[in-house]
Amino acid sequence: MKEAGVKAWLPSLLRLALVVLLIAFVTNPGWFEPLLKPLTESNAPAIYNQGSLLTLTLLHLRTVLIATVAATIVAVALAILVTRPAGVEFLPLSRSLVNIGQTFPPVAVLALAVPAVGFGEKPTLIALFLYGLLPIFENALTGLTTLPANVVEAARGAGMTGWQRLVKVELPLSAPIILGGIRLSVVISLATATIGSTVAARTLGEVIIAGLLSNNLAFVLQGGLIVAALAVLIYDGLSTIERYTARRMGQETA
Amino acid sequence: MIEIEGISKRYDATTVVDDVSMVIEPRTIAVIVGTSGSGKTTLLRMINRLVEPTAGVIRLDGADNRSLPGYELRRSIGYAIQGHGLFPHRTVAQNIATVPVLLGWDAARIKRRVDELMTLYQLDPQAFGPRYPHELSGGQQQRVGVARALAAEPNVLLMDEPFGALDPIIRNKAQEDLLAIQKRFGTTIILVTHDMEEAVHMGDKIAVMDAGKLVQYARPAEILAKPASAFVETLVGASEKPFRLLSLGRVRDAVETGAAEGEAIPADTSQRDALAELLWSGRPALPVTGADGKPLGRVTVDGLVKRAARPT
Repeated sequence: MKEAGVKAWLPSLLRLALVVLLIAFVTNPGWFEPLLKPLTESNAPAIYNQGSLLTLTLLHLRTVLIATVAATIVAVALAILVTRPAGVEFLPLSRSLVNIGQTFPPVAVLALAVPAVGFGEKPTLIALFLYGLLPIFENALTGLTTLPANVVEAARGAGMTGWQRLVKVELPLSAPIILGGIRLSVVISLATATIGSTVAARTLGEVIIAGLLSNNLAFVLQGGLIVAALAVLIYDGLSTIERYTARRMGQETA
Repeated sequence: MIEIEGISKRYDATTVVDDVSMVIEPRTIAVIVGTSGSGKTTLLRMINRLVEPTAGVIRLDGADNRSLPGYELRRSIGYAIQGHGLFPHRTVAQNIATVPVLLGWDAARIKRRVDELMTLYQLDPQAFGPRYPHELSGGQQQRVGVARALAAEPNVLLMDEPFGALDPIIRNKAQEDLLAIQKRFGTTIILVTHDMEEAVHMGDKIAVMDAGKLVQYARPAEILAKPASAFVETLVGASEKPFRLLSLGRVRDAVETGAAEGEAIPADTSQRDALAELLWSGRPALPVTGADGKPLGRVTVDGLVKRAARPT
């Protein structure tokens, strides 16, 4: 019994430790200087010194948040549209459009977007938005097309209108699957956002690129580690929400 | 009263329901029996317009069922299906409250009704109301499904194999519960099943469907005594007929004067169960007691055997 208790608590404990470590690092990077110092050569600075890590982390998260929220709205709306009787014929078209968004490398999107919208956050947002659509769309489509038939039948039989069925039954039931798509999309975006710094978007990519340019391994490592920690924590958090919603409905989660 | 007049449903070249006409009297149970693909479910679903008929009219208490938008019509008709179709993301109380919420009842009235139905179905509102469907047993889920269908006090209840997923013991209980509730509320029930046993047990009238056509629509005794076609005969099951006929009657109608040895049988036992008891105990007669426990007389093997013979 006691052993099971420890096992159940261990992941939460690790998560908490990671959160504390992450906050400490971005607010007081100076504390960690001795750790990173051995990675630098010829007295180069061990901690990124061209901007606050905290600001960069928040800007990074903001970029990912805006792109993901936009991608979620568009992808879910599209999935709803093509699963209504009136929109079924657009299903193949929307599928291929979203697939194109995914096959286009983000770097290529950046290169094409810069002449149109200029340097900065905008081209990054466009790239992340396009890249994030597919997982959310595919999952929303799966969720909305694999609803238990007798539950949908019961909703119709009870006298719900099409809109009421969508809002009261279909979306809540597919919520865990849609959340899974959002989770994938967020993690992809967190990593991809670093590339945005090649076109002057203020993300954690700045730290990594600065490190690559000045051959400073400490910069590369700290930029990379912050992004990785963010990805792990957000992935974890969203998985927990997913499991909670699914378990409430008595579904087994994979 | 439900009047079905010349109803047909065609999908392209195939006719699923072919020119069916029947009248279901108010406060009765009509059971539609047929093999799978006989069109029985489609016929049922045309009453609340989950399926729109190709031809014909269905009138509920004189009003054409197309005089309201489909979703409004469906709110006024109870609908219970096989595997209950409960909303897994909503609690038991929320599930039962589905139609009243759609109809915009006030919260106090909804709570009163939900509590009343749950009590009626032997589910403690405090204990079961906040639970989710997957936390209930199959029999409890089925009861919640029927309670949900009855929540807005509909005059008509449509049921599509509502007991199909239950094991035999729970099914018997569910059937008895439904009969009791039908008596209490006076609901007109149309029940679809492929189980002749269930049809004979539940139905005031039985409609037999085959290949989209209504083959026979009559009282159970008449279906058993005078099957309209070879198909009905097969469905009834030739070797089962006398026993099904007996299952229609209660012991109180077969009581003879006199006394007998052995454990008494309650008067509301079915004659079929009484015969089984007589045969199994190896006695020619058993005493019968009324609901108050007083002896009424006896029931005999000979008497029951006579009743099992083809009515003339």
